[in-house]
Amino acid sequence: MMPTVEQIRQLLAGEPGNASLRVEREELVAVATFLKTDPQLQFDFCSCVTAVDYIKQDCIEVVYTLYSVALKHGPLSLKVRAPRALEQCRVPSLTPLWRGCEFQEREAFDLFGVRFDGHPDLRRILMWDEFEDHPMRKDYVPPMDYEWEPTPHGETLARALAQGGTVPTSARESKK
Amino acid sequence: MAVDPTLQAELQRQGVFVMPVEFLYNWSRKSSIWPLQFGTACCAIEMIAAAAARHDIARFGAEVFRASPRQADLMIVAGTVTKKMAPQVVRLYNQMPEPKYVIAMGACAISGGPFKEGYNVLKGIDRYIPVDIHIPGCPPRPEALLHGLMTLQEKIAKQHLKEAPWYDTCAPSEFPIPRYGAHDLEPPANRQLWQPPTETPRK
Repeated sequence: MMPTVEQIRQLLAGEPGNASLRVEREELVAVATFLKTDPQLQFDFCSCVTAVDYIKQDCIEVVYTLYSVALKHGPLSLKVRAPRALEQCRVPSLTPLWRGCEFQEREAFDLFGVRFDGHPDLRRILMWDEFEDHPMRKDYVPPMDYEWEPTPHGETLARALAQGGTVPTSARESKK
Repeated sequence: MAVDPTLQAELQRQGVFVMPVEFLYNWSRKSSIWPLQFGTACCAIEMIAAAAARHDIARFGAEVFRASPRQADLMIVAGTVTKKMAPQVVRLYNQMPEPKYVIAMGACAISGGPFKEGYNVLKGIDRYIPVDIHIPGCPPRPEALLHGLMTLQEKIAKQHLKEAPWYDTCAPSEFPIPRYGAHDLEPPANRQLWQPPTETPRK
């Protein structure tokens, strides 16, 4: 449902920096257009696009941080959730609205695997094109290129032993 | 062929310098090491500081940072090498003419440094190209870079023309450029050049 100007004002009046608005995927573009074009809100600047992997709730949340330079208010976090499965992890792109979202949406696509429908140029931006994984997802498995370290401990030590890596004898003994 | 030191000193007093060609050759090489002008991360800022007025790398004849690998003698790998950048670094090394040297500057270029556990940082440039000098630090001070350069000069001064690896037709002067794979670089290391360190029991 569409928020009213009054609701947004209440959100912004709360604890500074904590204003957040969760919307459904279907209404994202409509709400974003309203936030940008309404003369009393004028969120004309999208400073950050990022994503959060909620692996337990089986969803990925895309967060847009909005400011109004004209009216000097913000930030407002505009959040939208999508399922984790790669084929269904789709969110409408806000690049047509805020041009500055382009690279940051590409980054969210690269690292989290969120597909932005309507993005003009959705390619990887940090990793190479042939790369297949999305490394900021919590179930990402890094390549097995562990090597010897003088003082491995904790998770690193467990990984080293699981991969048959070589670790100093003293570290292996302390594990037992 | 060594010259009798007493005779050499006597001749020098008369204004005659007697020395092996090798000495002159190495002396001129070590006094004009031209580095390749490229930096991969924040260590490059320290490299720039070393080249600027306060530290003045020109004192060592190494101030001529070349923009082309074909004119460079030394590659200073200054900073984090990401896996995306690694093939380009190897390609630049391959394009440098012999004799060529590599300095790995800073923790990242040596081993991946603070990003060692990351998914997109190469765990040391010595996985793909041979490194002559390792400079520890995060980032190393310009003084450390100058010390590394002086260490390299010492190394050059000790090289013999007869055994010079760049005249050895069997020694490789180019190294295979890794490919971008689906999950990692392929291969993850040049096994002819680099082996994972073996276990050393601590005493």
